[in-house]
Amino acid sequence: MMPLMYYVGLSAIMFVLGIIGVLVRRNALVVFMSLELMFNAANLLFVAFSAYFQIITGQIFVFFVMTVAAAEVAVGLALMVEIFRTKHSIDLDQMSEMKG
Amino acid sequence: MHELTMNPIISLVPWVVFFPIIGLLLNLLFGRRWGEKGTGLVASLAAAASFALSAALAAQLARTPEAVTVHLLDWIKVGDFQVGWNFRVDTLAVTMMLVVSGVGTLIHIYAVGYMHSDVRHNGDPGRYTRFFVFFNLFIAAMLVLVTADNYLMLFVGWEGVGLCSYLLIGFWFEKGAEGIANARAAKKAFVVNRIGDFGLLVALFLLFWNFGSLDFKVIFEQAPALATAAPWVLTAVTLLMLLGVTGKSAQLPLYVWLPDAMAGPTPVSALIHAATMVTAGVYLIARSSPLYLQVPLAQSAVMWVGALTAFFAATIAVGQYDIKRVLAYSTISQLGFMVAAVGMGAFVAGMFHLVTHAFFKALLFLAAGSVILGMEHGQAHGQHSKGAHDEGSLDPQDMRYMGGLQGRMKLTFWVYLIGALALAGIAPLAGFFSKDEILLAALLKSPVVFAILLSSAFLTAFYMGRQIFMVFFGKPRSEAAAHAVENPPIITIPLAALAVLSILGGGLNLPGIYTLEHWLEHTLEYSLKVSFAVPVALASLLLALAGLLTAWWVYGRRVMPAVDGDPLTRSLGWLFRALHNKWWVDEVYHVLFVSSYQRLANFLASPFDTRVIDGIANGLGNVTVRAAAAFRRIESGFVRSYALVMLFGAAAILAFLIWR
Repeated sequence: MMPLMYYVGLSAIMFVLGIIGVLVRRNALVVFMSLELMFNAANLLFVAFSAYFQIITGQIFVFFVMTVAAAEVAVGLALMVEIFRTKHSIDLDQMSEMKG
Repeated sequence: MHELTMNPIISLVPWVVFFPIIGLLLNLLFGRRWGEKGTGLVASLAAAASFALSAALAAQLARTPEAVTVHLLDWIKVGDFQVGWNFRVDTLAVTMMLVVSGVGTLIHIYAVGYMHSDVRHNGDPGRYTRFFVFFNLFIAAMLVLVTADNYLMLFVGWEGVGLCSYLLIGFWFEKGAEGIANARAAKKAFVVNRIGDFGLLVALFLLFWNFGSLDFKVIFEQAPALATAAPWVLTAVTLLMLLGVTGKSAQLPLYVWLPDAMAGPTPVSALIHAATMVTAGVYLIARSSPLYLQVPLAQSAVMWVGALTAFFAATIAVGQYDIKRVLAYSTISQLGFMVAAVGMGAFVAGMFHLVTHAFFKALLFLAAGSVILGMEHGQAHGQHSKGAHDEGSLDPQDMRYMGGLQGRMKLTFWVYLIGALALAGIAPLAGFFSKDEILLAALLKSPVVFAILLSSAFLTAFYMGRQIFMVFFGKPRSEAAAHAVENPPIITIPLAALAVLSILGGGLNLPGIYTLEHWLEHTLEYSLKVSFAVPVALASLLLALAGLLTAWWVYGRRVMPAVDGDPLTRSLGWLFRALHNKWWVDEVYHVLFVSSYQRLANFLASPFDTRVIDGIANGLGNVTVRAAAAFRRIESGFVRSYALVMLFGAAAILAFLIWR
């Protein structure tokens, strides 16, 4: 059995990669994928701790996160399609019409 | 006094207030449907019911003269502080109740006839009901005032009568010079009374602060202790009350509203501005006698205010041409007598003069109203017979256009004569005895005040004689006077009743018997006792006769020509002009207070409000706009920079949770 810290380390790396992806990329689709990476970093931690402490709750929580993430992606992609139709681009920095 | 042992008649006392209120509610709801007769009947019956109950209370008090408090309902209960609507039934309150409801009933009956003509003369018969609603409201408010058991309920009544006074002065609010004079007069009365009421209100605050209660009983019991502990409190309270009295009872320097109040219909002048409301100040001082007796300074202030007012107003009355204005200044002067009396500690004498004055001054005003109606009828007749005539514009209240009315209005003439002689202080009539008591008290207190009051008495006789000769003797000086007609019995019967009271009123407190003094003894712990002195009585009587004789010499000896001038204009010159112009007090007040107040208001309105106040408001707005402009740079619209900020935020919260 691998030590717990390996999982935590992997999860941290994934989370940081996700943050960097969200912050530096301008393509909305890539930003979405980075977000998914952050979700899954969290999911990995849930599952790892759940297995380590022998508590099933963490794994149940993961299912909820996955469903909510799926729903969020569905809404997000729908928005994205709509934005692409009007702007012919999904560059996030172009979507700044409500700035003060 | 416990509820159980309370006499059933005494416990009915709230009904003296309820009757007029029921009357006014009935008239408010059904007055239009019942017509003039029904309205007048309901209103008069309401006042008469109050009078009947007051008389029953008086009869009960004659058997057991102790003061009784009747609790009706709680009003304010805060901690230890309690104010209830309590009625105080004692000899002083019942005396006032009898005067208010008794004279009030007679004036109601008179008003049934008078207002019938007045609403037609002024061209709005629909206002008949409104008049009686206000009249009943006044009776109710005045009875609240005199039956109050604490200063707060007294203040409620005090303000209530002020409101009714305002409403009734402005009854023909669209009439008068430039269509605004009546409304102005009402406003003036209201504003001037506010100044006085401010004094009374502050006095109440001080009483509450120092006694923790506003009940008469509590305050009067603790007053001597406070007078030794903190004398300035009672001095301030009594002087501030005096300010209230100068407003309500039209004393120097706040008397200026009363002459203008004559803009109201004549029954209003008789009831409110002669017989009852304006005497509220005298009643207040008599009621607060335990406070005033602790403060000699306030007592002498009251005495001097009264005496100076008595003389000052009497001089102005000499120079007036308007029949009601003469009576108005006479009222101020007589109120000065009363205030001087209660200032001297002669509370009984003051109350005695209050009662007799209510009789004969109500009589004089109502008789003057009868004269005015007669003149108006004569005027209408003149216009009728001669077609359009330039006399249509003459003022039916101006004595210069009267003259010779004694033949045409016999009953009015006789009752007017009785009222004038009673006011002048001719021997067996009411005014002689009450004025004599005040003069005797003045002689005991201060010879200077005695001299002032004596000369006022002389002037009183003179201007009443002047009025009698100008109005009733000589030849008619206008078509209207020549065709004046006597009024119907509904007007003359109350006049006759008041004339009888004016003749017999002195019997209330005859020298030697002193009925009123023994009656009020149960309520007033102290009152300066005076004993009848023949020299003083003789002096005042002779002076009154001399005044009447002088008036005859000036106005009655020759037939006055039909010109505008007063014979005194030649002999007195500028002095008469000063009297006629009321010593220019209104003008001085206008320059000193009204116009400087208006300048202040203008200053506050145009530079101050537009610059300073608006500047603050607009400045605040500008600051907000600028701040918003600065902050909006943060809102760049770049989603990724928002995300970065969120990241920092989340990190900061986490760091806080970990390392706190």
